Amino acid sequence: MAGWLALGQFLAVALFLALVHRPLGDYMAHAYTSQKDLAAERGVYRALGVAPRSGQPWQSYLRSVLVFSALGVLALYLLQRLQPLLPASLGLPAVPEGLSFNTAVSFVTNTNWQSYSPEATMGYAVQATGLAVQNFLSAAVGLCVAIALVRGFAGRGAVTIGNFWVDLTRSLTRILLPGAAVGAVILLLGGVIQNFTGFTEVSTLAGGTQSIPGGPVATQEAIKLLGTNGGGFFNANSAHPFENPNAFTNLVSVLLMLILPFSLPRTFGTMIGDRRQGYAILAAMAGIFMLSVAAMTAFELAAADGTAGAMEGKETRFGVAGSTLFGSTSTLTSTGAVNSMHDSFGALGGMMAMLNMMLGEIAPGGVGSGLYGMLVLAVVAAFISGLLVGRTPEYLGKKIGPREIKLACLYVLAMPALVLAGTSLSFALPGIRAEIEETSMLNTGPHGFSEVLYAFTSAANNNGSAFAGLTANTPWLNTALGLAMLLGRFLPIIFVLALAGTLAAQGKVPVTAGTLPTHRPQSVLMLSGVTVLVTSLTFFPVLALGPLAEGLI
Amino acid sequence: MTTLRSTARQLAVAAKALAVFTLLLGIGYPALATAAAQAALPHRANGSPVTVDGAAAGSALLGQSFTDGAGAALPEWFQSRPGTYDGAASGGSNLGPSSPELAAQIEERRQAVAALESVPAEDVPADALTASASGLDPHISPEYAYLQVPRVAEARGLPEPDVRALVDDAVAGRTAGILGEPTVNVLELNIALLELDT
Repeated sequence: MAGWLALGQFLAVALFLALVHRPLGDYMAHAYTSQKDLAAERGVYRALGVAPRSGQPWQSYLRSVLVFSALGVLALYLLQRLQPLLPASLGLPAVPEGLSFNTAVSFVTNTNWQSYSPEATMGYAVQATGLAVQNFLSAAVGLCVAIALVRGFAGRGAVTIGNFWVDLTRSLTRILLPGAAVGAVILLLGGVIQNFTGFTEVSTLAGGTQSIPGGPVATQEAIKLLGTNGGGFFNANSAHPFENPNAFTNLVSVLLMLILPFSLPRTFGTMIGDRRQGYAILAAMAGIFMLSVAAMTAFELAAADGTAGAMEGKETRFGVAGSTLFGSTSTLTSTGAVNSMHDSFGALGGMMAMLNMMLGEIAPGGVGSGLYGMLVLAVVAAFISGLLVGRTPEYLGKKIGPREIKLACLYVLAMPALVLAGTSLSFALPGIRAEIEETSMLNTGPHGFSEVLYAFTSAANNNGSAFAGLTANTPWLNTALGLAMLLGRFLPIIFVLALAGTLAAQGKVPVTAGTLPTHRPQSVLMLSGVTVLVTSLTFFPVLALGPLAEGLI
Repeated sequence: MTTLRSTARQLAVAAKALAVFTLLLGIGYPALATAAAQAALPHRANGSPVTVDGAAAGSALLGQSFTDGAGAALPEWFQSRPGTYDGAASGGSNLGPSSPELAAQIEERRQAVAALESVPAEDVPADALTASASGLDPHISPEYAYLQVPRVAEARGLPEPDVRALVDDAVAGRTAGILGEPTVNVLELNIALLELDT
């Protein structure tokens, strides 16, 4: 019974995405290739002083991304430090230095890891003009980088890969802002709050008192999900009834997280002029997504046969299947929002959340980052396939030479290196280990280890969800996780844009009888296989120390 | 040198972009949406407040505690899931599946609920044994609501069928038949109970 209901819910999601991804994907392709600017966009370009028809070489595009993001970190840091001077801040004090740094990095890198409890830390000014703005901007940067890589594949001996400021503006004016506005209206209709009234004290029915929070939640919630950001307005994130009041808003939340990442393969196919290639990418994403949701749901439903029905850390209105669909979606899209506490999932259900992130956030991944991650893996898969049959490796008419494969490998290696180094250092350095064990870990044994492993996995993949029992607001974790988020976001972006530049500069290798096709089922299987194998071999040992050990006890 | 000059120029553009988009997305978007929401959907935008005899009594979306100062269940009310229901500090216990602390809490709750409702320990439903993710879960399962009917009826001196009928009315099924789980909103049920009792 529970399994059938979960299947019905999944089919509803699949049907919606099947209907929407084509028109939306084509719309986005048009948004990034159109030669016409909207009046509002022309105003923005004038204010910024950029010439919208001038392209940038990859180095210049990258410099824009890095400068814009660095400035974003600085501005968000200062905003938090100056909180007492800002209006609508609920009388909250300045956010401490370490926490401000961690949070600024977290929101600019599209991670939205939260070392703090928002109700007691962030006033409305910081939330709306700082955190929510970066929800938009970081998602837009992800889109820009993905589109730049697609232009690399589409280019023929091109010097430039687009104009970052134009891509950024169009991501916001044509995709993220309209999308968030529609999402906010639907969430409002579902009961999500939208006000600036602060906390209201009421007398409860049984004679106690309760503090009812307020806030501009619907607007922030919509972009938190649509931009695969994930940072909650409240500490309980999407488990809070004011963020996610019922099963309907829960489904809307899941769809908001998935809609852009699952439509971008179509954008890719349309922009390179071969939609079958987009379908191949989509198929690999959808296959892994489906298997992963099924696995987490099966593990939690099995755990629900135990003594307490697996309901610790879950909301009654969502139940097990509503929690696992949300949890899988959130960890597979790099969102990191939670409507249930992953720390209290069964050992194997919690492992799935980690495994989803360890895949590198590509099924379907974050807004933009999912597409560029999957395309890099497609380059690796095409390289391996080429070697297997003894031909010069090619993908989409581009030669995969030493420079291309080196960049792809660096991309693939960056995240695991950060996760494993961060986790190992946390336990290997004696002073830090003491802090981790005495202050940070809530649970003990393998589960406590999992809390730390989860944190670094989440940070390096820019996911942001947590085994939230972990107290991360410590000098070591604020700093180490902050660095993991920064490097986990921008190292891959550097490699992707360098790859985009190299590919754009190449001509197109003509298709011959000997060209390996990359849109057929066997190449989709090859791509999925490469993705899963790379992950399982890299992370199996560390999973054995955490969730697998716990599951076997 | 060109790189340096170009970076300086980019920095100026970036600063202007950040300012423009902060105005648009950080002030314009939420301000406009709040004005529209307050005009069109004020009840929902303000947290679906509920009133009893004209006085604010909480939100239909947020659960409440029906316990005395020491945390003991008040028998004349339907009980929410375990938790403190602090609206200013949401969150779950985050205790893991292998946590001895969680196992002890579950066992303690099982005994307490079994004693309160005078039922065998194995009949206590899962939601009565566990804390929610938000700490503000407004719902319990229909099973847990029905389990509490005899005790509430007795504590209030009301006929059991009348109280049971309240729960019948309070049970909400799955959305569209497949989404979520059947629920009973405890605050709304208790308000209906109060109306029945007066």
